Amino acid sequence: MLYSIEEFYSILPFIILSTGILISVLIEMYSSKSEKILPWFSIIIFSAAGFYSLLTVNSMSVIMQGMLQTGGIPNIFHFVFNFGAAITCLLSVDYIKKYGAFFGEYYILIQISVLGMMCMAGAKDLFMIFIGLEVMSVSFYALAGMNRKRLNANEASLKYFLLGAFATGFVVYGIALIYGAAHSTSIDVITASFPAMSGNVIFLAGVLLFLIGFSFKIAAFPFHMWVPDVYQGSATTIAGLFSTGGKAAAFSAIIASLAPLFAGSVHVFMPYLAVISVLSMLFGSIVAISQNNIKRMLAYSSIAHAGYMIIGLAAGNHAGIAGIVFYLTAYTFMNLGAFGIVSLIEGNGETNLDLNSYAGLSEKNPMLALLLSVFMFALAGLPPFAGFFGKYYVFISAVKGNITWLAIVGVISSAISVYFYIRIVVLMYFRDSQSGFTIKNSSAGMLAVIISFMLVILLGIIPGSVINLISSFLN
Amino acid sequence: MHVPIEYFLVLSAFMFITGVAGVLTRRNAIVIFMSVELMLNSANLTLVTFSSYIGNPVGQLFVFFVMTVAAAEAAVGLAIIIALFRNKQTMNVDEINILKW
Repeated sequence: MLYSIEEFYSILPFIILSTGILISVLIEMYSSKSEKILPWFSIIIFSAAGFYSLLTVNSMSVIMQGMLQTGGIPNIFHFVFNFGAAITCLLSVDYIKKYGAFFGEYYILIQISVLGMMCMAGAKDLFMIFIGLEVMSVSFYALAGMNRKRLNANEASLKYFLLGAFATGFVVYGIALIYGAAHSTSIDVITASFPAMSGNVIFLAGVLLFLIGFSFKIAAFPFHMWVPDVYQGSATTIAGLFSTGGKAAAFSAIIASLAPLFAGSVHVFMPYLAVISVLSMLFGSIVAISQNNIKRMLAYSSIAHAGYMIIGLAAGNHAGIAGIVFYLTAYTFMNLGAFGIVSLIEGNGETNLDLNSYAGLSEKNPMLALLLSVFMFALAGLPPFAGFFGKYYVFISAVKGNITWLAIVGVISSAISVYFYIRIVVLMYFRDSQSGFTIKNSSAGMLAVIISFMLVILLGIIPGSVINLISSFLN
Repeated sequence: MHVPIEYFLVLSAFMFITGVAGVLTRRNAIVIFMSVELMLNSANLTLVTFSSYIGNPVGQLFVFFVMTVAAAEAAVGLAIIIALFRNKQTMNVDEINILKW
C-alpha cells in the first residue's frame, strides 16, 4: 500500500515515538548504563513528538484508510501526553533510585504507554481505541509493579490489573454490541447512524457498557476503588502519569468516539453522566478531607476532578468538549507538578508521605513550599491559575447546556475541596516542622517542577487564546 | 433452518454476566482473572455472531485483536500474580490488604 508523503508527515509523531521505543530497547540490551541514558533519550523523543504535534496542529487529515485522525484536538492531546511523559521522565531521573526501581525498562514502558495514548486520542475506528487502550493499560500494569520486591507495589499492580482487565471486558463487550447495531466499527459510520439508532436497545446497551468501561479508566465514582490504592502503592512519578496521562487518554477516547452522540438533540446518556459526575465530585472532595497520606489525598482529588470534567460531557455541547480539553491540559501540568514535589520530598523507602511531613516546609525549603502552594491553589481552582479557567469553561458549558444545577453542585464541591488543598498550604507556612528529615537535591526533578509551574501560569495568563484555538477545531 | 441470532446473543450475554459475577464474588486472584477472560470470550462470541449474520468480516478480524490482547494481558497479569505470591504466599485478594482496599 502506497501512502502519500503528506500522510507520512501526519503520522510523524507516531513514527518518532515507535522508532524511539525500538532504539530504547536496543540501548537497554547493549548498554550497561542504560538507566542513565534512557531518561534523557526518552525526554528527547517525547519533546520531538510533542513539539511536532503542536506545530502541525492546524493540518487536519484522516489517514491510514480512515483509522487515524491527526491535527486539531488529537494533536493537542498528543502534546499533552508527550509533555506529561517528558516531565515524568525528568522527575524519575533521581526518584527511581530512591524508590528502588532503577531499571531502563521503566522508561521504555512509559514510551509504549504514550504510544497507546496517542492511538486513543487520534482514533477514527473502534479498533484503534481498543488497541490504544490496551497498549496503554498493559504497560501501566507493569509500571505500577515496577519495584517487584516491594509488597505495596505488587498489591497496587495486582489491583490495577484485575480492575483494569475487568473494565476492558466491559469496553470490548460494548464495542461488540455497537458493532452489531451499527454494522461497522468506523466512528464516522457509527456517528452517521446515531439518529436512526437512538431507540435501538442493543446500541444503547453497547454505548452504556463502553462508557462504564471508560468510567473505570477515568476514575469516576462507582468505579474508583482502585485509584487510591494504586496511587499509594506505585511509584510517585508513575502515579502522576496514571492520574494525568491515563485520565486524559480515556477522556480523549470518549471525545473521539462519542462526542457527536452527546451533542445530539436527544441526549439519552445525560442522566448517567450527570449522576456519576455528581457522585465523583462530592465523594472525591469529601473523602479527601479525611486522608493522611498525601498520595491518597491527591488520588481522591483526582476522582473529584474526573467528576468536574464529566460535567462537560454531560453538557455535550462544543463549549463542554473545549472545556474538557482545556481542563485536561491544565490538570495534567498542575497535577504532575504536585506529584513531582511529593516525589522530591519523599525519602528512601516511601517515607515522608504523611501530611505532617509537610509541616514547616516553608523554612526548610521555601522554593518547594512556594511551588507546592501554587499547584494546590491551581488544583483548588482559585484564580488566576490554570485550574480556575478549566473549571470555569466546564461550568459555563453546563449553563449553556441547560443543566445549571450540575454547575452549582460543581461549585459547591470545589468549595469543599478548597479545605484540603489549603490545609497543606497552612501546614507548610504556619506550623513548625516535627520531623528533621532533609530533602535530597535533584536538579532534574526541580527543572520538571518548574516547567510544570510555568505551564500552569502560562495557561492561567492566556486561557482565552488556548480555548479559542480548541473551539476553532470543533466547528 | 438457521439458528436465530438471539440464541447466540443470549448465550454470550449469559457468559458475560457469569464473568462479571465471578469477578465480583470470587476471592482467588487467578479465578478472578479467569472470569475476566470469560467476559472477553463472551465479547468474542458476540462479535463473531454479528459478523456472520451481517456478512461483514470486520467483527471476526476484531476477535483476533481481542485474543492477542488477552494473551498479552495474561502474560503481564500472571507475572504480577507470581511476583505477589513470592512476597506474600497467598492468592486471596482479601488477604492482600496492606493498602486499604
